[in-house]
Amino acid sequence: MTSPESADAARAFEVTFDGRPVEALPGRTIAAVLWAAGITSWRTTRDGGRPRGVFCGIGVCFDCLVTVNGRPGRRACLVPARPGDVIRTQEGTGHED
Amino acid sequence: MRTDLAVIGAGPAGLAAALAAARRGIRVALVDAAPRPGGQYFRQPAPGLGTEGAVPRHGRRTWTRLRAALAESAVDVRPEHHVWCVERESGGLTVHALLGPEQRESVDVRADAVLLATGGYETVLPFPGWTLPGVVTAGGAQAMLKGGLVTPGRTAVVAGTGPLLLPVATGLAAAGVRVAALVESTDPARLPRHARALAGKLPEAAGYAARLLRHRVPVLTRHTVVRAHGEDRLTGVTVAALEAEGRVRPGTERLLPCDALAVGHGMLPHTDLAETLGCRLDGHAVAVDAEQRTDVPGVWAAGEATGIGGAALALAEGHIAGRSVAARLRGTAPDPHDWAPAARIRARERTAAAALHALHGPPAHWGDGVPDDTVLCRCEEVTAGAVREALTLGAGDTRTVKLLTRAGMGWCQGRMCAPGVAALTGCPPTPSRRPFARPVPLGVLAARHDRPTPHDRPHPRSEEGPS
Ligand code: FES
Repeated sequence: MTSPESADAARAFEVTFDGRPVEALPGRTIAAVLWAAGITSWRTTRDGGRPRGVFCGIGVCFDCLVTVNGRPGRRACLVPARPGDVIRTQEGTGHED
Repeated sequence: MRTDLAVIGAGPAGLAAALAAARRGIRVALVDAAPRPGGQYFRQPAPGLGTEGAVPRHGRRTWTRLRAALAESAVDVRPEHHVWCVERESGGLTVHALLGPEQRESVDVRADAVLLATGGYETVLPFPGWTLPGVVTAGGAQAMLKGGLVTPGRTAVVAGTGPLLLPVATGLAAAGVRVAALVESTDPARLPRHARALAGKLPEAAGYAARLLRHRVPVLTRHTVVRAHGEDRLTGVTVAALEAEGRVRPGTERLLPCDALAVGHGMLPHTDLAETLGCRLDGHAVAVDAEQRTDVPGVWAAGEATGIGGAALALAEGHIAGRSVAARLRGTAPDPHDWAPAARIRARERTAAAALHALHGPPAHWGDGVPDDTVLCRCEEVTAGAVREALTLGAGDTRTVKLLTRAGMGWCQGRMCAPGVAALTGCPPTPSRRPFARPVPLGVLAARHDRPTPHDRPHPRSEEGPS
């Protein structure tokens, strides 16, 4: 995982992923924030429980679904990260069923 | 709101059309899902990231010109509008769009004319391990790099076929990723027979070749990825040489350790909105006339939606469409001589696109090589074995396979698995008529309940999953 730019630490903010703090830069999507932190999966599939993350990167495949601030089913590759976001691995549909 | 022309999609085609029409006094709303115009091709890093950095941008000069023209124009730019349906109503067309990243609220844009500049998306044929985290589409790797300045790993393999692989490999290398190999299934020996049509593309290709050399990226032609390895994320890929008929040559397999695989086998046009409107398709693409009009009155189309052909073609088509709209909305017939230079570019680029398409067909017999336990439909986790079983039960087309296996019934509405299912079943992928271009919250549909439904098909599976 690399991020080619030199991060402007002053403008960086924090989000959490499964409870642990992750640094985010303004304008990055949740997927980009997680990639920059070396995280490549944040969902497990409904049947096989297999890990998934970004596949298409442009909102088409729905593989990157994640739970953000308690709301499951968000596409991490589209949703911009905001300060204080609580991001959680989405298990299955993300709903308790 | 009401306007003269609603342009859907702010990539090269949509931008060119919006500017051409607005310059001729047409009120234009430019509607796009992204936070900023540009589409995939001109995708820019978010302003907060603010670096000019090492990331190569495409068509930088063209983008600078378009951005300046857009800023000076009267075009009403409407970002973060996720269009889910366009319907014809008496006296015009209505564009329905979900707003913002939340996508819970729908707004309407009414217009006398609509231009569909909806672009395309990448196809990936399935292989064992293609669902592992770390495996991304080539376009996805590029989008994440352009928009977020991030890369999927430290060592990448770029594989598949098509003109997109070159900029992806050089882009990743420039961003500091070690590109272990560019694996292209096409045999370069087939290039000479398309040399004439592709002559215009040579300088660009030579530029990429020089950059690959500079970054020491090994290029393996007539090779393919046969398997991605890893437990919970990618650790490497096995590549192998291809025989002339497209089968893997036994004994040529070798392992390339990597933590990222960017893979793509070409692109398909986004045609959902056009299909809901009832526009005629030509194969996978929206059929248009010489003015870029579809066969539905008031509806134009340009760019990848009318056939995959790249940014130069999209700009030319968009320009012609914008001028045609301007004339037609005034009740006059346009004079094609006015756009002769754009028409020449369009003709040249269409010829080149056809040659690239012929050159970069995915390897034949792909389906034969997919083992039974490989997941075909990523959303519903349907395996190749299940699809083969459906075939033995008598399913004779992709639609029946879908009914028997649920392949293609998931969140992506079959966009990701259709090419793989087609490769396995031997049926050509048919554009699958989707009721809406994207999942729509039930609340939005319910709020429209007392109004005529845009389509007489059942509602899509909705809000259980994504929003
Ligand atoms: S990665 Fe495909 S929708 Fe986000």
